[in-house]
Amino acid sequence: MAVTQQHGAGTLDVERIKADFPILERTSHGKRLVYLDSANTSQKPRAVIDTITEYYERHNANLYRAVYELAEEATAMFEGARTKLASFIGAPDPSTVVFNRGTTESINLVANAWGRRFLREGDEILFSELEHHSNIVPWQLVAEATGAVTRLIPIEDDGTLDAARIEAMLTDRTKVLAISGQSNVLGTMPAIGRLAASAHAAGAIIVVDGAQLVPHNPVDVAALDVDFLTISGHKMLGPTASGGLYGRLELLEAMSPFLGGGEMIMEVYPDHSTYKAPPHKFEAGTMNIAEEIGLATAIDYLEGLGMENVRSHERELTAYAIEALASIGATVYGPKDPEQRGGAVSFWYKDIHPHDLAQVLDQEGVCVRPGHHCAQVLMRRLGVPATTRASFYVYNTRQDVDALIAALEKAGEFFGA
Amino acid sequence: MALDELYKEVILDHYKNPRNKREIPDAALRCSKNNPLCGDEITVFVNEDDGTISDVAFVGQGCSISQSSASMMTEAAAGKTREEVEQRIGAFRGMMAGEVEADEDAFGELVALKGVVKYPVRVKCAVLAWDVLQEALAGEGEAGGSAPH
Repeated sequence: MAVTQQHGAGTLDVERIKADFPILERTSHGKRLVYLDSANTSQKPRAVIDTITEYYERHNANLYRAVYELAEEATAMFEGARTKLASFIGAPDPSTVVFNRGTTESINLVANAWGRRFLREGDEILFSELEHHSNIVPWQLVAEATGAVTRLIPIEDDGTLDAARIEAMLTDRTKVLAISGQSNVLGTMPAIGRLAASAHAAGAIIVVDGAQLVPHNPVDVAALDVDFLTISGHKMLGPTASGGLYGRLELLEAMSPFLGGGEMIMEVYPDHSTYKAPPHKFEAGTMNIAEEIGLATAIDYLEGLGMENVRSHERELTAYAIEALASIGATVYGPKDPEQRGGAVSFWYKDIHPHDLAQVLDQEGVCVRPGHHCAQVLMRRLGVPATTRASFYVYNTRQDVDALIAALEKAGEFFGA
Repeated sequence: MALDELYKEVILDHYKNPRNKREIPDAALRCSKNNPLCGDEITVFVNEDDGTISDVAFVGQGCSISQSSASMMTEAAAGKTREEVEQRIGAFRGMMAGEVEADEDAFGELVALKGVVKYPVRVKCAVLAWDVLQEALAGEGEAGGSAPH
């Protein structure tokens, strides 16, 4: 294969971007590393790695409670990261951004702190067939605790969600619409803005799993008018265990705390306690300081590229990949129109089990994810035990897709399929 | 490690032409299990005759490692006494844990699966059918009937 070919959409200078990611310089099984698993976790640019190192070398201290210079620096950096994340997602006020380990923790926070307080027997929680287990299981747990019931929103045969069908399921019993902003399996992007308006008209709140949406698209929570949006920092060039939850301020104020402990309180008595205002009400104990500060650098990096450019680069690459996969006879699941989907591309190739496929790809240096992608409900709907998924980000090129295709063809030969 | 060290000819042969891949409708012992990690599922059927495994078969779906392991397992178990089979299950687990030296005299074709030991994620695939067989022998499944869907 030629060393240089045409690269991404031309909206991003991908060769320059790749040079910012040290891990992409390494090889895997003696081959060029082709990382196509960013929906799982993204790689980290040098700037993010340096930020974490510098934090520990120069500023490390616990937040808020100390009066020395180091602690003031650490606190300013941490709160600066909050302001940055708020601005990145269009949140009007940094107080609406709660830091935590990401989407799983955020949905558990909402299900417990909002759900246990406000859900009553017979109330309905709607979630879709697209959802990741982290947007299903916390709701099942809170339903069990409160007597609320869960209802499943079916997907259409093409892997999309029909907003009208969802609207027909919204009744005065509906209290929560929990929905993915972008599917981690099919790439499907539901009409969040429209669904937020419909949920509100029915008297429900909308909780958006933003794990895949936020890293790959410009997002404006004020324009979308959502109540909650989760953010997984490690999927957007940030460190693992970074990210958090956007919540509408009135809701965050009305909710119960989630974890109790140090720093989330105002006053503690033997028989009761009073709590801080959001967001600190939801941040008990020593926080993931270095990680959130690292996330701020990741946001700087993404803003430097421009989220519109990130989106159009991935749209172009996804279109290229879908076409290339179809050309070798792979079945691609989910919407085919790149305008309607993100860059997680799940497929089935020649009846070779995804684990076998991924094993052969690994030998070629190509990292993909086989399995159910924490979406067993969706796998059953698709009628497959598992899929193979390739997913793209700012450092991926057409060359990477070509390497995937070549490795798939090799697997086909190997298994004689 | 080269691919053909993991995917030996024997494995690919059993994967493409699985032995005893069928239901035994009137099986005395039957057990099903799945591997939630990858969605693989296997049902094992066993009939015994006077302390000997007179017939053993499996159905299910999964990767080449899980399917070929199940196929080889049925051949390794058929005609053996219950004690011999249980001993063999223990030995196979030992091989997959890297604790037992896998020599061809003791393991026969199963020695082909020893390459899996280097891939911890795939060990579960190889062991799945053997877990199901052990549970079937212990009477933990249901008797008779067909496989669940």
